[in-house]
Amino acid sequence: MPSDRRQFIRFSRLQRILHICMIVSFMCLALTGLTLKFSYTKWAAVISHLLGGFENAGYIHRSAAVVMFGVFITHLVDLYKLKKREHSSWFSLILGPGSMVPNRRDLRELVDTLKWFVGRGERPAYGRWTYWEKFDYFAVFWGIAVIGSTGLTLWFPVFFTRFIPGSFLNVATIIHSDEALLATGFIFTVHFFNTHLRPEKFPMDITVFTGRMPLEELERDKPREYEELVASGQLEEKMEEAYQPIVIQTIRTFAWAALTVGFFIVLWIIYAMLFAYR
Amino acid sequence: MAETRNARRKTCGGRVSIAAPLFVLATVFFLLISRSPGHAAGSGAEQPGAECLACHGDKTMTTTRAGKTVSLYVDGKRFAASIHSSFGCTGCHADLEGKDLPHETPQPVKCGTCHTTEQEQHARSLHGKAIARGDALAPYCVNCHGNHDIVAVKDPRSAVAPLKVPFVCGQCHREGTTVSRNRPIPQDNILENYSESIHGEALLKKGLSVAPNCATCHTPHLILPHTDPASSINRKNIAATCTKCHTQIETVHRKTIRGELWEKQANVLPACPDCHQPHKIRNVFYAQGMADADCMRCHANEKLRRARDGQSMYVNVAEVNHSRHSEEPGRLRSVACSQCHSEVNASRVRPCETIVHGVDCTACHDEIGKQYAASIHGQLFNKSDPNAPTCKECHGTHGVLGKQDPQSSTFATNVPVLCARCHREGQKAAVRYTGLQHEIIGNYTESIHGTLLKNGLTVTATCTSCHTAHQILPRTDPASSVNANNVPDTCGRCHHGIEEQFENSIHAKRVSGFSKPLPVCNDCHTAHAIHRTDEDKFRLNVMGTCGRCHAQIAETYFDTYHGKVSKLGYTKAAKCYDCHGAHDVLAVTDPRSHLSRANVAATCGKCHAGATRRFAGYLTHATHHDPRKYPFLFYTFWGMTMLLVVTFVVGGIHTLLWLPRAFQMRQELRAAEEKFAATLDAPASQEGTDA
Repeated sequence: MPSDRRQFIRFSRLQRILHICMIVSFMCLALTGLTLKFSYTKWAAVISHLLGGFENAGYIHRSAAVVMFGVFITHLVDLYKLKKREHSSWFSLILGPGSMVPNRRDLRELVDTLKWFVGRGERPAYGRWTYWEKFDYFAVFWGIAVIGSTGLTLWFPVFFTRFIPGSFLNVATIIHSDEALLATGFIFTVHFFNTHLRPEKFPMDITVFTGRMPLEELERDKPREYEELVASGQLEEKMEEAYQPIVIQTIRTFAWAALTVGFFIVLWIIYAMLFAYR
Repeated sequence: MAETRNARRKTCGGRVSIAAPLFVLATVFFLLISRSPGHAAGSGAEQPGAECLACHGDKTMTTTRAGKTVSLYVDGKRFAASIHSSFGCTGCHADLEGKDLPHETPQPVKCGTCHTTEQEQHARSLHGKAIARGDALAPYCVNCHGNHDIVAVKDPRSAVAPLKVPFVCGQCHREGTTVSRNRPIPQDNILENYSESIHGEALLKKGLSVAPNCATCHTPHLILPHTDPASSINRKNIAATCTKCHTQIETVHRKTIRGELWEKQANVLPACPDCHQPHKIRNVFYAQGMADADCMRCHANEKLRRARDGQSMYVNVAEVNHSRHSEEPGRLRSVACSQCHSEVNASRVRPCETIVHGVDCTACHDEIGKQYAASIHGQLFNKSDPNAPTCKECHGTHGVLGKQDPQSSTFATNVPVLCARCHREGQKAAVRYTGLQHEIIGNYTESIHGTLLKNGLTVTATCTSCHTAHQILPRTDPASSVNANNVPDTCGRCHHGIEEQFENSIHAKRVSGFSKPLPVCNDCHTAHAIHRTDEDKFRLNVMGTCGRCHAQIAETYFDTYHGKVSKLGYTKAAKCYDCHGAHDVLAVTDPRSHLSRANVAATCGKCHAGATRRFAGYLTHATHHDPRKYPFLFYTFWGMTMLLVVTFVVGGIHTLLWLPRAFQMRQELRAAEEKFAATLDAPASQEGTDA
């Protein structure tokens, strides 16, 4: 394949950086947090030790949490800028064509997708964001809100117990830890499958790292977006040169590392839940 | 009558003092028997107890007591001659007065009814105490004085006449008797030695009745061991006892006696028996071959060996002179060879040939000897156990040093090494031990006590600090210093402040009133491997330690933050005692508890600066598995779990349904790629790529 082929820009530079920051902080949070959740397994003690003891693990956890908050806030600021640049109002942003907010068409596509799964219809002509991508996006939104707020409570218990009873810290612990289990479990299984391990994408889809995808992939995966872009004539201005192989290689290495860590965390969770749960 | 007496006094001179009371007694006696109706019909009115002797005068009269045939014969003539004859039989056998014949076995005669002082002294003496504790060998009045034929002490026929006393005492206190074999009497060959001593010679060989016999020194009735301060032969009293006869002794013992040093400094200066050994007293002691120099004539020879087993009999004079028993400033006093090797006989050419027993240190160290005899070491020794350590195993022999001397095997820093000789793993005491304590020497050496000792702190605890030096007993023995009931006291001897706290804690029986066994010091701190409580190992293990009894509360502790991070090896997180207190632990309901309503915020504040009462509402032992105790935790947990399950089930089903289509797409994609590759291979195609 010719290397100078131009590719379609799907993610902005900022979005790609945020996703990488998110991966790094999420992995750190998951790893350090799970040692605490599954402290009764030998694995937890080993990992805690590898991270330089529990105290270090705690620093890593809170630092990563700060990064995660940073990602969250930066994204909100980015959304605000997007609204100022391209939309007249928040309403327009939310209901606009590129919006992440699920709408009636997503419901229809969900139904059509299920029909396609069972062989009762064609694959729906997905637009820029499919319904499962929107679900993932809001899962993270919800996760950061829930895990972040309970996490802050546990980080500054003396301050927060000025307003809430001490036993709410116990409740916050359960919510924080179970919601985190949901997040890690979901990201490392369903999200990994939906975007990377899906047979037609196997072993991984690096679009989120490069920001660009081959045009034929866009045409195949998101036919409606492709058609709309062709129809509006904007396709050409959203094309860019593909990255050099060395860049791709670096990205793949990073992605592989993240996938592997995630995979092992899933195995650990399953082991802990099945064989050592208390 | 008075006139008659006066007349007699004039005629009889000095003898009147005896004759007068005898005359009165005889008169009383005649009055008594003339009033007795039985006597009127009796054969001889002057025969005392004639009525009784009608039966008991028969030599063949016997009865059976405890399976033994006992003669009931009473020699009427001897009784008539006895000092008690005037009282008749019922004077002593008072319980038979007026009884019909044949009468029952009479009560034992109570001599003390008349002889009050003697009875009281005898009761206080070691003989009386032996009777009181039921010793079958203990002597009663009758054993020394006889019964029906008792005469005045001054009468040569008396059983306790001066010349006979050594033999009366010798019935029991000579070699080979039941008493000498079975009772701990620190002197040997008493009768033999006495009879050869200057006292014995004078009494027995020369018939000098004023020569001292046993009772002269030991008193007739108040016989006490020399260790008793009230004893006539106690170190402090012996001078007074000897000077009863040797009143002019100071003329030959000018320095010690004239200077009154022997009474003022009885502990420092030698007492009489230190030089003139009891029972072996010679007129010229040092000339008779009992001085140390005489022993050393042979024992200074390095090649001297015992014929029996070839054991070296060499005595290193330098070693003895350096020992605690040698005469040096600051040391106790000089102890002569023969004071320890007491079985020597000065009348022999080789005084030591009469020695049959080993040295008995308890002759001087009496109190310690009693402690040792009660200890497990002493018990084993009494059972003739070959492994049992005696005095010399720990203290050595001629070179014995005090425990204050750094060279001594019993000096604090040397004690663990000393005990290790037998108690180190694999050694003779360790191999026969069946309890739970192992590697005790190694554990002790690594412990805080052992580390401090290694650093030279001599006041730290060594083996003997807890187990005692001589009264060592297994912990199962209630009298043991390491018995669970005594451990707080034992540790509290040094850790007194801690003991005070502990005795007021819920773990003290007095406070909790529990009948169950409660933990004492070693249950948490271990017995030998005691570590500093600020060491990681102790902090991380303490939950398991408390959890041995408080299983459930320790389990739930690990369900909350403090427990979880402790599991991961974080030592700073609060451990049991950080909140509950260590030695002053109390029920949380107790107002004095660290966790009481009033104190809990301050307790949390030790780590969480600014902690409030509301902050302390955090449930440190909460579990989400108990819907009754912690309903909101339980329902939060199950709510979250349901959310998880639903999300994973929906996501999972979606993914599983997707799989077949995804594989189908992959195949189509592969087919398209192959087709594309084929077009690339075709030389003429240039426009096919975009298709």
